[in-house]
Amino acid sequence: MFINARTSAGTRPARRPAINRRRALQGAALAAAVLPLAACAGRGGGKAAGEVTSLKVLDYYADEPDNQIFQQALEAAAEQVGVTIERESVSGTGLIQKVLQMSSSRTLPDLLMLDNPDLQQIAATGALAPLNDFGITADGFIEGFIGAGTYDGELYGMGPCANTLGLYYNQDLLDAAGVAVPTTWDELKATAKALTKDGVYGFAFCAKASYEGSWQFLPFFWSAGADETDIATAEAAAALQLLVDLVGEGSASQSVLNWGQGDLGEQFTSGKAAMIVNGPWMTNTFNDSGINWGVAEIPVPKAGDTAVSPLGGELWTVPLTGDQARQKKAAELLAVLLGEDSLLELNTSRYTIPTRQAADADYLAALPDMEPLVTAVNNGRSRTAQLGEAWPKTAEALYNAMQSALTGKATPLEALKTAKADFVS
Amino acid sequence: MMTAPHSGSERPWRRRREEAFRWAFLTPALVFLLAYFGYPIVKNLMMSVQEYTTRTFYTGEAPFVGLANYATVVKSSVFSTAMANTVLFTVGSIAGQFTIGMALAVFFNKNFPLSGVMRSLMLLPWLLPMIVSSAVWKWMLDKDSGVINQILGIVGIENIPWLTSTDVALAAVIMVNIWLGVPFNMTILYSGLQDIPDDLYEAAALDGATGWRAFRHITWPLLRPVVSVVLILGVVYTLKVLDIILGLTEGGPSGSTQTLATQSYRLSFANFEFGQGAALGNILVLISLVFAIVYLRMTRSSAEE
Repeated sequence: MFINARTSAGTRPARRPAINRRRALQGAALAAAVLPLAACAGRGGGKAAGEVTSLKVLDYYADEPDNQIFQQALEAAAEQVGVTIERESVSGTGLIQKVLQMSSSRTLPDLLMLDNPDLQQIAATGALAPLNDFGITADGFIEGFIGAGTYDGELYGMGPCANTLGLYYNQDLLDAAGVAVPTTWDELKATAKALTKDGVYGFAFCAKASYEGSWQFLPFFWSAGADETDIATAEAAAALQLLVDLVGEGSASQSVLNWGQGDLGEQFTSGKAAMIVNGPWMTNTFNDSGINWGVAEIPVPKAGDTAVSPLGGELWTVPLTGDQARQKKAAELLAVLLGEDSLLELNTSRYTIPTRQAADADYLAALPDMEPLVTAVNNGRSRTAQLGEAWPKTAEALYNAMQSALTGKATPLEALKTAKADFVS
Repeated sequence: MMTAPHSGSERPWRRRREEAFRWAFLTPALVFLLAYFGYPIVKNLMMSVQEYTTRTFYTGEAPFVGLANYATVVKSSVFSTAMANTVLFTVGSIAGQFTIGMALAVFFNKNFPLSGVMRSLMLLPWLLPMIVSSAVWKWMLDKDSGVINQILGIVGIENIPWLTSTDVALAAVIMVNIWLGVPFNMTILYSGLQDIPDDLYEAAALDGATGWRAFRHITWPLLRPVVSVVLILGVVYTLKVLDIILGLTEGGPSGSTQTLATQSYRLSFANFEFGQGAALGNILVLISLVFAIVYLRMTRSSAEE
């Protein structure tokens, strides 16, 4: 229709009155053809329209209640900056593949959420815009989270919600056995032993042959003073020895080799495990289970040591879509999402931990039980802080060492040495 | 396939038209093959000789590295274990699937009440999504609370660490894969059995060949083409099994269920080493290809007989 109108406009008219009528008709036809296009462009926020009215958002909060919580938070933030959002949520495991596909076809969204250890890989591709370009700085955010969002000295991602690992315990089982919540490794071993009876294991953790296994090993590994730049040290071996002992003494099931964190949750809520390593994303499940539960920091090697836990949580980034106006708008939206009100609301409704220390007091006033996790997050470290995009290899080495030591194929130190040789170097 | 160029036809234009016609019918299939078969294979071959990383997706740059990816993959300590596991997994799965599938096919070939219903029920494992099957089997095989160990406990057998012992895990994974593969074997072999005319058995019975002898001298030889199809397809399917192993053990404990397929997946989609993942994938394709060629040879020689 559009093309026809233009070509016929090029033909020379013969008589005057006819021209006017024809022009008028052509004008109407043109308008009819262009209007819907303009409307489309407006909705999609195309460059031609000049003004950005809508932003594309991609995240992996596909499950409830996170899906609803983020939908509302994003809509509220979008309203403040005067846009609407077109949000897409994919499953957690599908996100990276989707992002890589989108980056090769240049169809990345305006605002992109990434799991924090994946940021390095995506930032390395050059597909993300530095947040400082839009005036978003890391000021006021916790150290570990800044590390996770920083690639090559530039801040590429920041998020409102962090999580970490804690020691979840069944208060009733502890009371029945007359033991207290352990704070050191020796206490952990003794307590786990005391709690193990009648088909109940005192302790459970995840030592699965996947990144989940390495993630759960890190609190022990780091708190022992070990370091991912060299995984085959005496400190690392001591941390692994603790887990080997717990399984060896029968205080933890051999099934930890195959349990994911969801399985741990089931063991806990069904009363088959008295203490487990897990994170705040399980809070709703635990509340619904009717278990009288509590959470503490992960035990440390000896009294007085600081627990160092890995930081979890997602980072929001602004991909380089080639449209300055949209990128700017997306950054504005992100700034609102990271703002104090939004941040507090998101964390209290999701039981995650604020990434701004300034919000801790208000957060704890609302959820006092979360204190150990707030401390853990503030002392926490991101998995990629030291190795950046080289982290996945070391993570693979760590879970392989765990599996090798826990199946008795090698002593902890040998297992770590072999894993280091096989996967890292 | 084509007729000889100088066959002495009086109307060559007609032949040419016929030929064009033939090609016209072939084109859709050719386009389909090139797009969905040719392109991925070529792409995978190219990827395996490139340094293909996450960066490549955005920048399009993937430097040529020759056979370095193959060297890395083959030299890796995981390779020999994965190779051995792949062989054991494939041979074990096929042996179990085929024997049980064959026994069931012969069993159902006799007409008896409810055989149709039972046969449909036997198809159940085939209809379930693999992820569901593996999740359910993972619960059932749990060392402490799994239903299998509880049943064995009644008989006085101590808890078996199905998925957490390096000695047992591969056998457990093979067992689950056999359970999944029996319906396919049974169905194909059953339809093969149905094609064998009854009068052959009647004639043999008159000569005194029944039971095992009838099976050896009538069923087996006549079923041979079907058997080779089942076995070759079985090998190719089993070599690339991924979801069951990932769902049950993620390749653990300590690599004891890691196969070439799971390792290739891990390299590409967990470690983002797309070049190495492609190299390992190609090695796997090459192994499948050997079986495909053996199969083609076999069918050709049996056709010439």
